[in-house]
Amino acid sequence: MKRRLVLKQLTAASLLAMSGWMPQLMAAEDTIKVGILHSLSGTMAISETSLKDVALMTIDEINANGGVMGKKLEAVIVDPASNWPLFAEKARQLIAQDKVSVVFGCWTSVSRKSVLPVFKELNSLLFYPVQYEGEELEKNVFYTGAAPNQQAIPAVEYLMSEDGGGAKRFVLLGTDYVYPRTTNKILRAFLHSKGVKDSDIDEVYTPFGHADYQTIVANIKRFSTGGRTAVISTINGDSNVPFYKELGNAGLKATDVPVVAFSVGEEELRGVDTKPLVGHLAAWNYFQSINNPVNTAFIEKWKAYAKAKNLPNANTVVTNDPMEATYVGMHMWKQAVEKAKSTDVDKVIAAMGGQTFAAPDGFTIEMDKTNHHLHKPVFIGEINANGQFDVVWKSKGPIRAQPWSPYIAGNEGKQGL
Amino acid sequence: MNQAATLAAPPSLHPALMTRRSLFSPQAWLGLLVAVAFLAVLPMANLVFAPDHPLHISSYAVALLGKFMCYALAALALDLVWGYAGILSLGHGLFFALGGYAHGMYLMRSIGRDGVYQSDLPDFMVFLNWKTYPWYWWGTEHFAYAWFLVLFVPGLLAFLFGYFAFRSRIKGVYFSIITQALTYAAMLLFFRNDTGFGGNNGFTDFKRILGFDITAASTRAGLYWITLAVLFGALILARVITQSKLGRVLTAVRDSESRLRFIGYDPLGFKLFVWTLSAVLCGIAGALYVPQVGIINPGEMSTENSIEMVIWVATGGRGTLIGPIIGAGAVNGLKTWFTSVLPEYWLYCLGLIFVLVTLFLPQGIVGLVRRIMRHREERRV
Amino acid sequence: MHSAITRVWYRWLAIGLLAVFAHTAGAAAPGGVDAAMLAPLAASDTDAKLVAIAALGQLPDPAAARVLEALNTGALFATPAGRVLIGPGSAGGAARDPIDGSTLAMPADASAITINNRLRRAIAGALAASRLFADDVQVRLQAAQRLQSGSDVALLPTLDAAREKEQHPAVREALDIARANLALQSDDPARRRSAAELLGNTESAAFRPVLAALATPRADGSFAETDASVREAAVNALKQIDRHQALIEWTGNLFYGISLGSVLLLAAIGLAITFGLIGVINMAHGELLMIGAYTTYMTQTFFRQWLPAWIDWYVIAALPLAFAITALVGMALERTVIRWLYGRPLETLLATWGISLILMQAVRTLFGAQNVEVSNPSWMSGGVTVLGGLVLTYNRIAIIVFAALVVFLVWLLLNHTRLGLFVRAITQNRRMADCVGVPTGRIDMLAFGLGSGIAGLAGVALSQLSNVGPDLGRGYIVDSFMVVVLGGVGQLAGTVIAAMGLGTVNKFLEPYAGAVLAKIIILVLIVLIVQKRPQGLFAPRGRSVE
Repeated sequence: MKRRLVLKQLTAASLLAMSGWMPQLMAAEDTIKVGILHSLSGTMAISETSLKDVALMTIDEINANGGVMGKKLEAVIVDPASNWPLFAEKARQLIAQDKVSVVFGCWTSVSRKSVLPVFKELNSLLFYPVQYEGEELEKNVFYTGAAPNQQAIPAVEYLMSEDGGGAKRFVLLGTDYVYPRTTNKILRAFLHSKGVKDSDIDEVYTPFGHADYQTIVANIKRFSTGGRTAVISTINGDSNVPFYKELGNAGLKATDVPVVAFSVGEEELRGVDTKPLVGHLAAWNYFQSINNPVNTAFIEKWKAYAKAKNLPNANTVVTNDPMEATYVGMHMWKQAVEKAKSTDVDKVIAAMGGQTFAAPDGFTIEMDKTNHHLHKPVFIGEINANGQFDVVWKSKGPIRAQPWSPYIAGNEGKQGL
Repeated sequence: MNQAATLAAPPSLHPALMTRRSLFSPQAWLGLLVAVAFLAVLPMANLVFAPDHPLHISSYAVALLGKFMCYALAALALDLVWGYAGILSLGHGLFFALGGYAHGMYLMRSIGRDGVYQSDLPDFMVFLNWKTYPWYWWGTEHFAYAWFLVLFVPGLLAFLFGYFAFRSRIKGVYFSIITQALTYAAMLLFFRNDTGFGGNNGFTDFKRILGFDITAASTRAGLYWITLAVLFGALILARVITQSKLGRVLTAVRDSESRLRFIGYDPLGFKLFVWTLSAVLCGIAGALYVPQVGIINPGEMSTENSIEMVIWVATGGRGTLIGPIIGAGAVNGLKTWFTSVLPEYWLYCLGLIFVLVTLFLPQGIVGLVRRIMRHREERRV
Repeated sequence: MHSAITRVWYRWLAIGLLAVFAHTAGAAAPGGVDAAMLAPLAASDTDAKLVAIAALGQLPDPAAARVLEALNTGALFATPAGRVLIGPGSAGGAARDPIDGSTLAMPADASAITINNRLRRAIAGALAASRLFADDVQVRLQAAQRLQSGSDVALLPTLDAAREKEQHPAVREALDIARANLALQSDDPARRRSAAELLGNTESAAFRPVLAALATPRADGSFAETDASVREAAVNALKQIDRHQALIEWTGNLFYGISLGSVLLLAAIGLAITFGLIGVINMAHGELLMIGAYTTYMTQTFFRQWLPAWIDWYVIAALPLAFAITALVGMALERTVIRWLYGRPLETLLATWGISLILMQAVRTLFGAQNVEVSNPSWMSGGVTVLGGLVLTYNRIAIIVFAALVVFLVWLLLNHTRLGLFVRAITQNRRMADCVGVPTGRIDMLAFGLGSGIAGLAGVALSQLSNVGPDLGRGYIVDSFMVVVLGGVGQLAGTVIAAMGLGTVNKFLEPYAGAVLAKIIILVLIVLIVQKRPQGLFAPRGRSVE
């Protein structure tokens, strides 16, 4: 009888081990596998689920146009559940187990930093579509989101200009993690270079998921009595909703103290009543309200896709900057693969530099030849009562990224890989 | 004389009470050794065979199993306090994470100047504009000291907290909620970048451990074997404790603490001992977890993680020592498989596991197996 | 102090005021609104728009004010041809031509003119000039208050003229303050001194910078203000203002603390009832809050679809719905899962945690992982300003009142109804209550339903304050537990005191330690307090062996 127990244990253990072999035993079709590494549950699901859907839509579009080098693309979706260690594990699974040729994924800088060692070790490719703090340049990553000089710095320049309100005092309000910390470090140095003193800068951090902004809004009011004030908000994700609600209710209007946010887009505004927020700002490289044929087609495609696939709330889906970046990144990767005539990572990396694409933001943007970042135009938009943004300023053309910010000491020598 | 001869022999005691009980029955020893041998062979398959060989095991699988074994160790530690002493801790993730952070400090130091900023300080201190290490990082460049912290910090915290809590006789649900509060507060503290532990980024991007390249397959295999050895050792240690007189007192605490007190024992010392030991074991588990997973972040201290640990123990079978190990493997294996295949339904599955195990499988998998076997035995008789 | 933007702002204002002054003096005004004046508004050049806005502000023609107001609210439309129309806001509706006032259909190619903050300020300035002489008291008051900041002395005669005409005391006071602000630049030290005193009496922080400029020495030790008596008046004024600000801050913290406490109270009352009664900590409690919040969302959607005229009252309608639905869910939970785990609180904890995972994922599947939008009804938006600077937001006031109401109703129920009597009996001694004939099984179910229903009500309140998403419950679960553990389950008073205490202490700590540290300190304090009183502040009385 005990022997049977031992036999049972052995069987169970070997079954467990075999589960690791199973995927390899399954017949492989002639497709190119594309990994999608976005959180579908947890705190980041709010922002990342739509990126997964846009990626799938783009794959369908590419397949409908003949695929890549004649082969169809096949999506491999995993859910790292907003859990950073799980991101690393899922990345390893996608590359080592599922043998994907490229991964589109990540949102928070933490998730990107935790998967980076995996991509370096296994020499695979990651396309990262979200605005971030810079201070990074990896051979295995292509950054299709904005670096600080493509988002944060132009936004502060606008705030200091007459059109933006001529702000003299600044409240740097952010969630406590690497992106706001680094961005604020860069902005502080930038403000110093423009003659703003430390006594006119107030830096405040709140944890993820913080919901009670009463004290902070009262402090902003008090701070603003010292001179024309603007708030630069790097609050992440869903903490923006209680912050804006408190702002609106406390009567702090955009004409008194404008707030520019870097992590608030059309998707985040879906959960807010925007009437009290009219006039507050956001800075991105794309807005849904930009009027041009490519964008109109992009929005139509996305709405049709949402309805066809019965996504939740399909009637009110919106497009935003990271979605556009995913779309552009995927097309550029396809172009690079076709140019390199192979999905081999090193060849594709070499072929990516210089790729161009007519993007929904209205410009033909280019992947820089050396620094793995896109040249992106900058738009500053004001929130309107419909949850969309009215563009109030835009750069003349795409701006080249500076991943190593010149405002941080020690970056002078670094520009390329 | 005849009377002496006809006197019946003195009644013999049950053999189990007469002989000194060995740790495991011979069959159990056999099963254990077979399992250990099997697990030990797996990394060999990764190292020896080439990647396209049918018997090759991917580095992903090796890392995964190593992680599962760390979880199993943590579950074992939790079983000691819950299964045997009846103390339900909803905050054991805290000790796990503290051990992980202590080891992580050493690993961060070993990065040296190979980080993104090429500075002596870790990257997160550079973007915080710190110029030197804070005082609590002193000495962590030494492996031995870091490991001393791995044992000492969770142990000390557990000792202090346990002393005050058990002395005030906080019990049952109140105690569990307080442990939850403790881990939640610690999580908030560690999420602050100003606390000096990397905030939300945590520790990541490790390069080497004791001079070995941390991403090399051989290092990974080495860590795997060490984890396996530690797990086995902990199982033996736990078995020794629970089979001893101390173990009996602990089960008495679990079953009826008031009665134990009335008999004259002071449960404080016993509870404190097993509580601190459990915390230290959990800390070791966390420390072994970090180099294999490559990152530690305050999310490990979240209340959800700690509660999940409890369900590993419950699923496997609390109070059986081998049960939690099986439970940890089973639940995590299921999770890994589910989140790849049906990610939208994983949480339903996990929730159902919680509900069904507590309703229908109070003794867990091991209990189920025992029941089936007893059933068979009875039918045979 | 003299920043460029305020100078620009007040240049427009001065022009506007002078124009109005000219008007009131009876001078003939130029003609009304014409196409040439409106044309720049349709173009894209901001500076031309600013000039056009200023010009419109000078016109006494009420049509000009209408154009400006329409532009401010996004109701001004322009066709590609350059024609400017005032529209109703929805495409295809009737439009008005501001020049002759005629109505016509909105052309399909007309689009709304968008403005930015700079234009908004210019419009506000242009409008404020004429509003000083409006008929409505509120409009005059707001215009006068707007003019209290700024430093263009040219406005002084206009303000004096307005003061002469003014009858309403509040507006007169506001105009006095505006005049005093400008009088600080007067040549006569006596006027400056009386101005400083008057500004000090306002106790408003808005005048701090301008008074501080008088009182603080420059880098070389000299003073911008030469007259010592004026300096002394300024210093006294500053002291007055600072004292008042400290009072405002303290009162503010008290209010924030009470509001946080009321939220905690709502979230924890249901839990305290079920824990006291059945001895089970319901880990799915957070999800019951979430269900209440989503019910509010569904009610809002329903009202928007079918009863748009009553949209402001959807919250009231949501209350009984949320109570009913969560009570049903709670009772179902009790019947199916919790009942079988009677006497095993730790297992119940785990099982309810599993239920919470299932509920969260169900909501994600049904409504999506994104947050959903729940907006405050109009009577809950905005706030009331007290003490001249502290804004008490209406939504939080409403929630405080609501929490008090709920506490009162629960007290009434527990102490003056039969159900309450049974619940108290079972809480004290379940076995005896059983023996005496109390139907424990049914009371368990009903009380659990009650506790869950209250959680639903709390969910309605929470939906007005912050995000409504699948993770709503997780944010409040630890706090609810802390309140229950600290307050004990013996009496309702325990929960109330614990919740209010935690909220107030948290908010008073926050300015010194920051939000995170304040929370951590609170948690540690609770752990320490529980050491002293293991069963909470208000432990249940009676002999029950653990």
